[in-house]
Amino acid sequence: MRIEVDRDRCDAHGLCQTIAPEVFALRGDKLEYDATPDSGLRDDVEQAVGACPAQAITLHE
Amino acid sequence: MTERIVVVGASLAGLRAAESLRSAQFDGEVVIVGDETHRPYNRPPLSKDLLLGEETPEGCALRVARDVDFVWRLGCRAEALDADARQVRLEGGERLDFDGLVIATGARARRWPGETPAGVRTLRTLDDAVALREAIGAVAGRVVIVGAGFIGSEVASSCRARGLDVCLVDLEAAPLAGALGEPVGTWLAGLHADNGVDFRPNVTVDAFLGGERLRGAQLSDGSTVEAELAVVAIGVDANTEWLTDSGLTIDDGVVCDAHLRCVGADRVVAAGDVARWPHPAFDGERVAVAHWSNAVAQGRAAARSLVRAEDGPFADVPTFWSDLHGTSLRSVGLPELGDEIRIAEGSTSDGCFVATYARGGTLVGAVSVERHERLRTYQESIERGASVAEAHRH
Repeated sequence: MRIEVDRDRCDAHGLCQTIAPEVFALRGDKLEYDATPDSGLRDDVEQAVGACPAQAITLHE
Repeated sequence: MTERIVVVGASLAGLRAAESLRSAQFDGEVVIVGDETHRPYNRPPLSKDLLLGEETPEGCALRVARDVDFVWRLGCRAEALDADARQVRLEGGERLDFDGLVIATGARARRWPGETPAGVRTLRTLDDAVALREAIGAVAGRVVIVGAGFIGSEVASSCRARGLDVCLVDLEAAPLAGALGEPVGTWLAGLHADNGVDFRPNVTVDAFLGGERLRGAQLSDGSTVEAELAVVAIGVDANTEWLTDSGLTIDDGVVCDAHLRCVGADRVVAAGDVARWPHPAFDGERVAVAHWSNAVAQGRAAARSLVRAEDGPFADVPTFWSDLHGTSLRSVGLPELGDEIRIAEGSTSDGCFVATYARGGTLVGAVSVERHERLRTYQESIERGASVAEAHRH
């Protein structure tokens, strides 16, 4: 599993961090994330993808 | 026989519900019924980026989190529910059997009562937004906007950015003063004024003027405003008419229990703008929350409730955002429930502040303008039912 965040779209809403704190972390308005999270976190990551108001997160298989 | 779950409402809540059925290992058939011809799309850009030409209609499509194998029934209205027989009746008479049902039919824009000249519009759907964008492009003069809530205010902002004269009228003394309190309303009135919006408080439109084409509006204070285009943004009504004889309890939405199961039927859940449920963080008061984040969280929770995941009561504290004249506003919780507002950080005169809202001393909401980094802390305070005094100490 590999994820990618489009930084031009990201608006630092932080919903991804609330859902999957192991993967996403907001530092001020800059998002840091683990691009290759453990596969056990798939459900959380999918949920974060769907909860991003900016539709900025893409999940690659 | 394959189990079938029907989702009525090809909406954000409906799509997230359908996806969540799959992630909860439901492997039966998932049918999504929608009265519009579009796949589920994202509504927030409709009043902002789309009107500004910075987003295309195609770009508003909601992305899906996983490859899906849903059965789409689009351009097809659900007309009735027979909860005992577990059937949805579709436009044209077809009956669709279900083992489980997700109601996500949302709400529609409230229309101006009676006949109106061409040029009086509402904004709710993608088609509305595309038509409004074209109408804005064809206007040389002024647009009058009725209702200074979030939709009215965002449309005002977008119209100013496209160079139109804007007259914004509202029954209240300041925009959103009822929902967000007088200090925030006064700040927003100032922001509109600074950006050239002619805001008219304490008035409404008595009549739209013009025959075939709109010429203007007669206001309740006796004045007249010339306008070529009008946008009516006076709220929404829940889409529950199709459930009238279903046995479900309808009260400005579909009444649900704490797990989003509809009262009056088995194996039927609701999610999104149409659902009204007892929220644990607000003393179990039954609320309906028309926020984007709520549609997402509730779609998932309703789906999981339907397939009997043991998740506990739905207690998500909603978040909200708006962009007005280039200024970013965000909220957590339900400020409109508050009876006590305080500017907890910054000041409204600087245009950079956090307002907190308490009810009976308990924090129920917070609004930030250009100061969002602390909102998460307030959200956590609301989640644990903190007093406003405790929340202010953090």
